[in-house]
Amino acid sequence: MKILVCVKQVPDTSGVVAVNPDGTLDRASMETIINPDDLNAVEAALQLKDETGCKVVVVTMGPPPAEGMLRELEAMGADEAYLISDRVFGGSDTYATSQIIAAALHKIGIEDDDVVMCGRQAIDGDTAQVGPQIAEKLHLPQVTYVGDIHKEGNKITCKRMLEDGYMTIEVETPCLLTCIKELNEPRYMSVGRIMDSYSMPLTVLDNEALKDEPLIDPTTIGLKGSPTNILTSFTPPQKGAGTMLEGNGAETCQKLAGILAEKHII
Amino acid sequence: MPTYSNTNTAAYKNVWVFCEQREGKLMPTDFELISEGRKLADELGVKLCGLLLGHNVEGIAKELGGYGADEVLVADDPLLEVYTTDGYTKVICDTVEDLKPEVLLFGATNIGRDLGPRCAARLHTGLCADCTHLDVDMPLYMDFLKANSTLPENRLDLIAKHTVKVLGEDHDTTRDLKMTRPAFGGHLMASIICPRFRPAMATVRPGVLAKAPFDQAKADAVKVTPVKFQLAESDIHENVKEVVKAAKKLVDLVGADYIVSVGRGISKDVDTGIKLAQELADVLGGVVGGSRVAIDSGWLSADHQVGQTGKTVHPKIYVALGISGSIQHKAGMSDSECIIAVNKNPDAPIFEVADYGITGDLFKVTPLLTEAIKAEKANK
Repeated sequence: MKILVCVKQVPDTSGVVAVNPDGTLDRASMETIINPDDLNAVEAALQLKDETGCKVVVVTMGPPPAEGMLRELEAMGADEAYLISDRVFGGSDTYATSQIIAAALHKIGIEDDDVVMCGRQAIDGDTAQVGPQIAEKLHLPQVTYVGDIHKEGNKITCKRMLEDGYMTIEVETPCLLTCIKELNEPRYMSVGRIMDSYSMPLTVLDNEALKDEPLIDPTTIGLKGSPTNILTSFTPPQKGAGTMLEGNGAETCQKLAGILAEKHII
Repeated sequence: MPTYSNTNTAAYKNVWVFCEQREGKLMPTDFELISEGRKLADELGVKLCGLLLGHNVEGIAKELGGYGADEVLVADDPLLEVYTTDGYTKVICDTVEDLKPEVLLFGATNIGRDLGPRCAARLHTGLCADCTHLDVDMPLYMDFLKANSTLPENRLDLIAKHTVKVLGEDHDTTRDLKMTRPAFGGHLMASIICPRFRPAMATVRPGVLAKAPFDQAKADAVKVTPVKFQLAESDIHENVKEVVKAAKKLVDLVGADYIVSVGRGISKDVDTGIKLAQELADVLGGVVGGSRVAIDSGWLSADHQVGQTGKTVHPKIYVALGISGSIQHKAGMSDSECIIAVNKNPDAPIFEVADYGITGDLFKVTPLLTEAIKAEKANK
């Protein structure tokens, strides 16, 4: 039994975000982090490892520097790492990305008692699409927005969180789960493993390694394999500055309440 | 090389809206989507159909007509009573392949965002997530861009030409659905098209698009058509053991006219901060919300979160107490009719979007503001 966790390295959108004059993101100037929801997926996998002794394999698609993130995840407790990386994979939308990651997971091998885990969504695109699309490409049952996981034999019982409650769902392995931040509190890297992580298994899967996978074809990867195209991207204009009121005492508040009443919004 | 049957875009017609129901009740976002779908169908000169899956749901189908649907396609089966990814995906995809709509919209609810990507992957088509604006008509789209972007004239002129390069070839964007959404925490907006495959699919953020007025005559006139489909228990690989409604009534931020939100500024006395916010919200007749910090710190539950990762709101009055105004937060509230910000720091970015700003300690200012509004209301 093993858990395959799909993770993504993302620009830290809570820090300084730089936008080029043409409306694209200046990624080079931004800090990168492990996508927050993906850390919850890794933690969920490591908790299953603590319980059952199963293997945890982390998989990412991205440029070569994403290796650093994979080493950090190995230092957290992952046993193996795969970096899916090739120039021809660039420009992929969620569809083409799922196709490539699904091909890589197939290549790594998904056994009957395996589980694939993803974070709910990545903070750069916020699409939440790649998880379900990988599940579809691999014909796995999926549960998204997972807030609780119990595994017994080949049965997984989990909660799919909804806006107004939750559903308790039982699925059989192999299956794919997408994890939300309420699921757990991710652990830190262990000091002992930080040095060891650099001698732990890390395999790069490029197009050459994946080209014989049935899901991989020049028309299914990169820009060509992406059904969506960006028509334009742009930055929203700043709203004009409002009125800063003088003072902060009772008089100021009365004045403000008066304006609101005058405008008939209270 | 795989071949795809959905590249002949001319063979696809009509706008479809997946209308989500839970326990036999339509979701509020269904009415927003039908209203928006009406606009898109008119721009394309085609029919608008609601797609309703469930069991014994025919009775609620007519209501969709009241918001503009020409026809409601109903798939009724005991296996569809409760949502399952497998069951709903199969019925929707089979129906789409059979009847060939050119546009298919979903509400970006947790269920819509589970179902939409799975369907798009099966149908081999493009899906744009969590859209906040949709257009087909190019002049309308250009008006939208002029009002909502900082794009220079020469870029706008290029887009208005209806032609873009797709894989090196000229593509006519006239009939494409232009799907606009925020990305990178609201720092960037992007308009996406799905030029080569049909249907073009989008999930649409609840609470953003306007609902049309309900028209009883149209509801009475709507055509309700049963869908032919095949679905067996063995098609569904999820066993739904129970569906639990949250015991506590979740706060309805999206529908609220008045929202008082708290942020990091309440950290020195969280209980008092929330109490003061609640008192102001009570006087206004509204609800309490919070920034990401307030939710991540556990001061308020996740249903209170306003912002890119939380809810998008547009109340009459939005009061931000001790919220610095990160771009993620502003993405969720900057369309409020009137924004009032109270913050100790005169340079807090929240003041950039506030209509009225007060520099001061929220613990002192909030009770004064509550009193002043109470007095003003009593005077009426």
